[in-house]
Amino acid sequence: MMDTVLKVRGLAVDFKTDIGLTHALVDVGFDMPRGKVTAIVGESGSGKSVTANCIMRIIQPPGKIVGGTIDFAPESMDPFEIVSLGKRDPRLQELRGGLISMVFQEPMTALSPVYTVGNQVAEAILCHRKVGRQQAWKEAAEMLERVGIGDIDRRIRMYPFEFSGGMRQRVVIAMALVCHPEILICDEPTTALDVTVQAEILTLIKDLQNELGNSVLFITHDIGVVAQLADKVVVMYQGRVVEIGTVRQVLKDPMHPYTKGLLAAIPGLAPKGEPLATIASVVGDTDISRPYPLISLPDGRQVSMPREQIPGAII
Amino acid sequence: MRSYLISRLLGMIPTLAVISVIVFVVIQLPPGDIVTSTLDRLQAQGVDATEEYVQNLRARYNLDKPLVLQYFYWAGNLLTGDMGYSHLYSRPVNELLWERLGYTLSITVSALMFMWIVALPLGIYSAIRQYSIGDYIMTSVALVGVATPPFLVALVFMHIGFEWFGVSTGGLFSPEYEDAPWSLGRVADLLAHIWLPMIIVGLGSAAFTMRILRANLLDELNKPYVVTARAKGVGPAKLILKYPVRIAINPFISTIGFVLPSLISGEAIVSLVMGLPTIGPLLLTALLNQDMFLAGSLLMWLAILTVVGILLSDILLAWLDPRIRYE
Repeated sequence: MMDTVLKVRGLAVDFKTDIGLTHALVDVGFDMPRGKVTAIVGESGSGKSVTANCIMRIIQPPGKIVGGTIDFAPESMDPFEIVSLGKRDPRLQELRGGLISMVFQEPMTALSPVYTVGNQVAEAILCHRKVGRQQAWKEAAEMLERVGIGDIDRRIRMYPFEFSGGMRQRVVIAMALVCHPEILICDEPTTALDVTVQAEILTLIKDLQNELGNSVLFITHDIGVVAQLADKVVVMYQGRVVEIGTVRQVLKDPMHPYTKGLLAAIPGLAPKGEPLATIASVVGDTDISRPYPLISLPDGRQVSMPREQIPGAII
Repeated sequence: MRSYLISRLLGMIPTLAVISVIVFVVIQLPPGDIVTSTLDRLQAQGVDATEEYVQNLRARYNLDKPLVLQYFYWAGNLLTGDMGYSHLYSRPVNELLWERLGYTLSITVSALMFMWIVALPLGIYSAIRQYSIGDYIMTSVALVGVATPPFLVALVFMHIGFEWFGVSTGGLFSPEYEDAPWSLGRVADLLAHIWLPMIIVGLGSAAFTMRILRANLLDELNKPYVVTARAKGVGPAKLILKYPVRIAINPFISTIGFVLPSLISGEAIVSLVMGLPTIGPLLLTALLNQDMFLAGSLLMWLAILTVVGILLSDILLAWLDPRIRYE
């Protein structure tokens, strides 16, 4: 039996809008294996980031978790359920940044412009451990060096606006890892960076994960990144999970029509000179905008489609 | 930071020079001068001034010289600290000014403090509890506060004080301390009186800055860096104060620069209404009587106070926000 660090079940999130409720997440469920990289892929608006925010419990109004459970089994303390944590539960503060931390999409705005880099990284330590300021700054410096920021004595006293985008993202990563969280959530961490820096950051995340042994939840719409990093893939569409499997299963042999469409829409794989594939809401015989329950298949993968359309499924 | 400070300090010099020219021109604009108004007064008393007397008077105030030269005499004396002689009060302007300037400053500075102390927490509350009942009440009250001129507030307060509590709320001192020399008792008496003009002068600006702070903070509250800090595990109170508030008070501080002149002019009208011994009423009297040295010095001092206020707010801003400091 695989060791599961995070178990999401039936997660539902509604956004109250002027025209009524928007169901941002409907019955989202997946497991995260410990010490591995789980990727959530899907197009914009499919609920990837909302899922991540639920895990951190930082869903902002008008968004609201209306159902489901997130069971978290940290190594350092007793397992607990995240959705039902009270606002004043000390475990909630410990969870944020201590047990689970997050790297955001926009490194240019994810840091406050009026505090030094050292201050913001050290703060993460001071929030979670009873150490002195000096010790916190020392550890912050070590972490910043580890993510590849040189000339640390000078740079630790610099402000974020004096850093380039790639360096800022390194700072954000250092800030996320400085408390040695058990899960690192990366919410499209390379989308705002240019291509060469993207590769560096991805390598950095992968290397640090190997080194520190934490689990990673990697949110992206970039299939290439998934292939490079992930062990397990969760495909989301319109707030639902449509397919879960190992990276090999999902990328080599996609089963759900939406996953197939997604893969076909990668520019590099399409024949030159032809228009890129787009994804219609009806693919083949399946109306992918209609929800179907996730069905577990014998090879470990899960897919949400009519039972009779699953190739080789035992009905 | 040091070069920023030096450049700002040096920048004050041309600003004040230009202001002094404007002040000089303004007080020269109305027809007549001290001599004509003195002659009028003498005539009213039935005394006929001789031509020689008039010439002497003109010479004494340098009024027989060309305007440009008059300006340099005036400005040069100002620089040496000699603000001239008030014909109206028959006393040197220096004597007249210092005490009143002190009162004006204490009312203005305390009004500024009052503005901060009221606007900061209320603005923060209003923003983080947007659209709550408390927010609606405060923004509505603030709207009324912004729209009500201070002298009206002063009249209302004085009326309430007199009608309901039977106390006279005018002045800065009780009658027994009015002309007494400075003592602990007199200071205490001043403090017992100054809070009312402080509130009256500061109320409008407090309402105004509260609304600014609320709007700024609402912009900042959902910025990604706040989410990052929250995801890092920063506690709720510290999160608000350290991150969005810190950014939102930047424009709040720069408003000191333009709130200050309005506080001073508001103070002038309130002082007239409440009979406070500050600069405002003195300035009005000086202007009405064409007491050029007195009016000029007063205007110049108000300008200096304003320029210094703006400088202070800029320095504070640079100290608070590294992005300004590093430019």
